[in-house]
Amino acid sequence: MMRTLIRPLRLALLLALAPVFAPAQETVSPKPQHPAEQIVAGLSRDNIGITTSFDGSQILIYGAIKREAPEPASDNLAVIVTLEGPLGPLTIRRKSRELGIWVNTASVGVASAPSYYAVATSGPLENILDPRVDVQQRISIPLAMRAFSGPVQVADTKPFTEAMVRIRERQGLYKLETGGVRLVDNTLFRADFELPANLIEGAYKTRIFLLRDGQLVDRYQAAIEVRKVGLERWLYALAHQHSALYGLLALALAVVAGWAAAAVFRFVR
Amino acid sequence: MQIYLPIAEISVNMYTLLGLGGIVGLLSGLFGVGGGFLITPLLFFIGIPPAVAVATGANQVVASSVSAVLAQLKRKAVDIPMGLVLLVGGILGSAGGIWVFNLLTRLGQIDLAVQLCYVVFLGSIGLLMLQEAVRTMRRQKKSGGARKKRNQHTWAHNLPFKFKFRASGLYISVIPPLIVGVFVGVLAAIMGVGGGFIMVPAMIYLLNMPTKVVIGTSLFQILFVSAFTTFMHAITNQTVDVMLALLLIVGGVVGAQIGSRLGARLKAEQLRILLALLVILVAVKLGTDLIIQPRDIYSIAAGGHQ
Repeated sequence: MMRTLIRPLRLALLLALAPVFAPAQETVSPKPQHPAEQIVAGLSRDNIGITTSFDGSQILIYGAIKREAPEPASDNLAVIVTLEGPLGPLTIRRKSRELGIWVNTASVGVASAPSYYAVATSGPLENILDPRVDVQQRISIPLAMRAFSGPVQVADTKPFTEAMVRIRERQGLYKLETGGVRLVDNTLFRADFELPANLIEGAYKTRIFLLRDGQLVDRYQAAIEVRKVGLERWLYALAHQHSALYGLLALALAVVAGWAAAAVFRFVR
Repeated sequence: MQIYLPIAEISVNMYTLLGLGGIVGLLSGLFGVGGGFLITPLLFFIGIPPAVAVATGANQVVASSVSAVLAQLKRKAVDIPMGLVLLVGGILGSAGGIWVFNLLTRLGQIDLAVQLCYVVFLGSIGLLMLQEAVRTMRRQKKSGGARKKRNQHTWAHNLPFKFKFRASGLYISVIPPLIVGVFVGVLAAIMGVGGGFIMVPAMIYLLNMPTKVVIGTSLFQILFVSAFTTFMHAITNQTVDVMLALLLIVGGVVGAQIGSRLGARLKAEQLRILLALLVILVAVKLGTDLIIQPRDIYSIAAGGHQ
């Protein structure tokens, strides 16, 4: 119980301090050999608590480009920031008309796809990113999906993966924001992300790519922990760790509420 | 005011849920149906994941039927021995239905199966009820309230294990109510409903029970079958969302009380016509959804392949 009380306090403290002690996470990714330009970045918060009144959230990812030498002559500098939710398997199904009604007749399994994926760029992707770098780093949305699971039984998987991206985009879970990264004087950058209300718990990975003429110059990676807190955490843990107790609690709640209402109405009459 | 549901993992408007619970509770008290056939599709519609909607709908049905059963018990409108026979059948059927539900989910055909069940059962029962109620009303107008002969001798009277159901004024075998219970249990588990809309007509037309004990007795059976279903879902799939349930319940219990009062004032035939029209409406809506081309012929579901 103490824990659940302390968490929100610690969170509040972190939030208050975050803008002052900027880079909350250390870079974990391997960097290219001695890049002439390096990313120095921070997150407005490295921890999001899902409370009862949670209704989406905002994340500000900001930073600067550190240079040891004067800026190279080429002017095609770009920054891409991605934010990726926990990965999970899913099934994509297609309906067709059989005997007058619409029935699921074909399906494709995906071994792993992010539950949330947002890409913010400082310019149109096709102008700032070499397709080979894209494939290597898996940056653009269609590349977020990892692999198919099980035997693929359809002739062409492309309409299925396109449908997945389309459906998730409609739900606001996948999005590409061209111009979402604001780059000032080729030195300072910031990207704002609006996280939707239907957020899933887990580690959200943010990646920042610094590109020049479409080629990767430097990258930075950090994690944001999204966790249910307080009552939300307690109920979720109870439901999964003590299912029988949770089931009885749900029933008791229903019976008591039902009985109490009857009693109240009897009294009122 | 938005509220985040811990199991459904989605943020929804609190007042929407309260209102939804209220409407369903009202119908539950009025017609003696659990209201599951309305709440489950309505929860899908506001974006609750289907598995959570089915399990939590069952939990809400428990609460609304508790208050309604209490109201009916006071009016001595529950045939408890009959309710127990139906309950035994219901639990057996529900266990079998959950197995079929999981099989169809793996095959990706559960949505279709659920919709077809709704269209076929709601549609045919709605039409049957409407026809019967209209005919009775006409007959009453003509001959000033001729009563239907209730002591008809049918095949059911030759079956063994006869039992005297005092409150219903019936001396019949326990086999027909047991079969009705099993059938309702299977459908309840697959469709995520209490099953009252099947049971109420089955009791009236197949078992020849008097209308005054039908509603109370069906609610009695629904109460325990949905409690069983809720518990099974909680321990096997962890899909019962108590936060969602609580909001639906608060709206629902109030609605159920009002509905139960209102039902006592309306005539049985009027009630049947109203219920028949509501049931037909839901069936037609779901039927057209199956026939017209969906907005997107692709869909995605969390979880692995096959």
